[in-house]
Amino acid sequence: MIKGSGVQKALKKISQSQMAIPLFALLLIIIFNLFRDIGFFSITVKTNNFGNTVLSGNLISILNGASELAILAIGMTLVTSATKGQDISVGAAAAIAGSVFVKVLRANTITIPIILLALLTACLVAILFGLFNGILVARFDIQPMIASLILFTAGRPIAYWINGGATPNVDSPLLNYMGSFIPGIPIPSPILIVVLFIILVTLALRFTNLGLYIQAVGINERAARINGINPVLMKLLVFIILGVCVAIAGSINVCRIGLINHETILLDIEMDAILAVAIGGNALSGGKFKLAGSVVGAYIIQALTITLYAMKVSSTAVKSYKAVVIIAIVVIGSPVVQKWALQLRDRWFKRPVTAVETH
Amino acid sequence: MSLKRDKLREPISNTALLLTITICAFVVMYVLAIFIWGRGFRNPQQFLDIFNNNAYLIIISCGLTIVMITSGIDISVGGTVALITMACVVFMEDYGGSVAGSIVLALSIGITMGLIQGFLVAFLDIQPFIVTLAGMFFTKGMTTIVSKAPRTATNELFLAMKNFRIVIPGIGTYGKTGNFIPARIEPGVLITFAIVLAVWALLKWTRFGRNLYAVGGNSESAMMLGINVRRTKFFAYILSGLFAGIGGYVYLLHTGAGNAANATQAEIQAIASSIIGGTLLTGGVGSVIGTLFGVMSLKTISNIVIASGLREPYWQSITTGLMLCFFILLQSVILTLRKKKRQMFMETDTVKIAS
Repeated sequence: MIKGSGVQKALKKISQSQMAIPLFALLLIIIFNLFRDIGFFSITVKTNNFGNTVLSGNLISILNGASELAILAIGMTLVTSATKGQDISVGAAAAIAGSVFVKVLRANTITIPIILLALLTACLVAILFGLFNGILVARFDIQPMIASLILFTAGRPIAYWINGGATPNVDSPLLNYMGSFIPGIPIPSPILIVVLFIILVTLALRFTNLGLYIQAVGINERAARINGINPVLMKLLVFIILGVCVAIAGSINVCRIGLINHETILLDIEMDAILAVAIGGNALSGGKFKLAGSVVGAYIIQALTITLYAMKVSSTAVKSYKAVVIIAIVVIGSPVVQKWALQLRDRWFKRPVTAVETH
Repeated sequence: MSLKRDKLREPISNTALLLTITICAFVVMYVLAIFIWGRGFRNPQQFLDIFNNNAYLIIISCGLTIVMITSGIDISVGGTVALITMACVVFMEDYGGSVAGSIVLALSIGITMGLIQGFLVAFLDIQPFIVTLAGMFFTKGMTTIVSKAPRTATNELFLAMKNFRIVIPGIGTYGKTGNFIPARIEPGVLITFAIVLAVWALLKWTRFGRNLYAVGGNSESAMMLGINVRRTKFFAYILSGLFAGIGGYVYLLHTGAGNAANATQAEIQAIASSIIGGTLLTGGVGSVIGTLFGVMSLKTISNIVIASGLREPYWQSITTGLMLCFFILLQSVILTLRKKKRQMFMETDTVKIAS
């Protein structure tokens, strides 16, 4: 065999990495849209109602709309890695965090320090609820999905109780800074928040042992404990991080819409977040993880949704098409199918040289 | 030595212990309810209405219990029920289909979903949560594609079946004017009990049923024992799909309407019922009788909340959450204690052997 050139090596590396499937899927959606309607990619500069010059177009709305999902997918990846399970209460917890955010805002005149205070309070409350899940999982050894089923059932009613049964609204140009645009910057601010958040998490994982410890607990808890890592602490920590993610996602959504509706805020987002983790090539059974995969997964889901909307599919029927594409992606990514494909390739394109080599 | 070994063996299996706890909890809860809130809870019709209103939930929970015993999960069942109600009504209304045809349609939709999902999970090794999540999205989307607006069935034979009630002689209440009102059940309830009994027998006495426990307990050792793990899982999902099909038709017999909002969160309620009934999501432990009592507990607590005057709808969800929390913690503590006791015996045993 001749040794492959640099390009071939790089290609081989990409095709064998965990990112191959998500990147391939994203590419497929882009190519599909290229053939369908090239105007899908047009980005225009517009002036919005507040007199800001802003960017608009499908690509921007994909990046913008997936913000909450991307943030939650990051937290969900860490939880999946350490606890070998998923938290299905993120949507309900986001409703609670959003309600607390609105409650603090409405009790005061809205200024920037008050917004920060509200965000902090929402974070604290979300962390408390995260710790509730975390203690059940870490101390009582309950599967995350079952532990979070409790908050999944009771979460939105608690938000209803915080809101007093109403859907209170908050209105301030300052909130638009977080939900839509900051004057002078044409990029929607949720995108900026996501970028900032990703940078922070990446730095934290790069310069501390956090990522290593989380993966160690997920791969083999006993071995991690023998090596001096406290698995209980690590599991609690991932739920705290997920709590922060939930609070940020909930607050962004409240700022975007301008009111809190406990029934509909971030509905079914837990399913999408778990999906983003899986599409990103992360095993739902825990262990090694790749944050970039989950983030790409989140954007794939949003790109798919926006593409279907652009094709005039009704909003309720979108789910059906999404399901078919998701199944297609996971089937291609399944190790069994990949093995079959390799066997098929060997049978059809087997060169005699390799045949001799293998014998 | 042999004496020690005997002590090692548990007097009662995990499945049976959790089942006993569930049944005791339900009985205590219901007796307390009768003493505190009296009236309504003494009415046999109200007790039977738990079954009348939730027959479909019990049926799909049976399927879910089977899947959960194999350490899988199926969250598509609620969507499948909604799709079946809608498809059957549209089939009977717009295409002039017969009742028999609609039953065949319901069963075939359920089995098809089970076949596809079972194949993907068992033979392609895709995570069951993702497969059935996609199944849920697909069925819920398809329901609105079939018809966006809610539809009502008007087929005469179907309406006759829907309004048919089985009168239970001798049991009933006296109405305000002193007349005797006998208790009634819907035909779906009979189907439900037939299914619960059949699944109970299946899990207890057939080779397939025992294989389910073996596969869920430890799939590797099951494989070494010569059990076809993939085929067992495959059939578990097909059964779950079949029960979703039957459950869908029973739901339709209860409400008589197809609606995209039908059976929302039924999958979560079914999972909660199975958990309360002592089925573990880790697999290998569970019983269908427990699941039946799980559904009954879940609905009785709702009735208690309403009877105690907390009429705001959110109280029901909060109490359901609290009850789940209680059962989950109880199970966790019991299982951990038993594991510890077992380990202690093992250790003393090895010490004896060593000395």
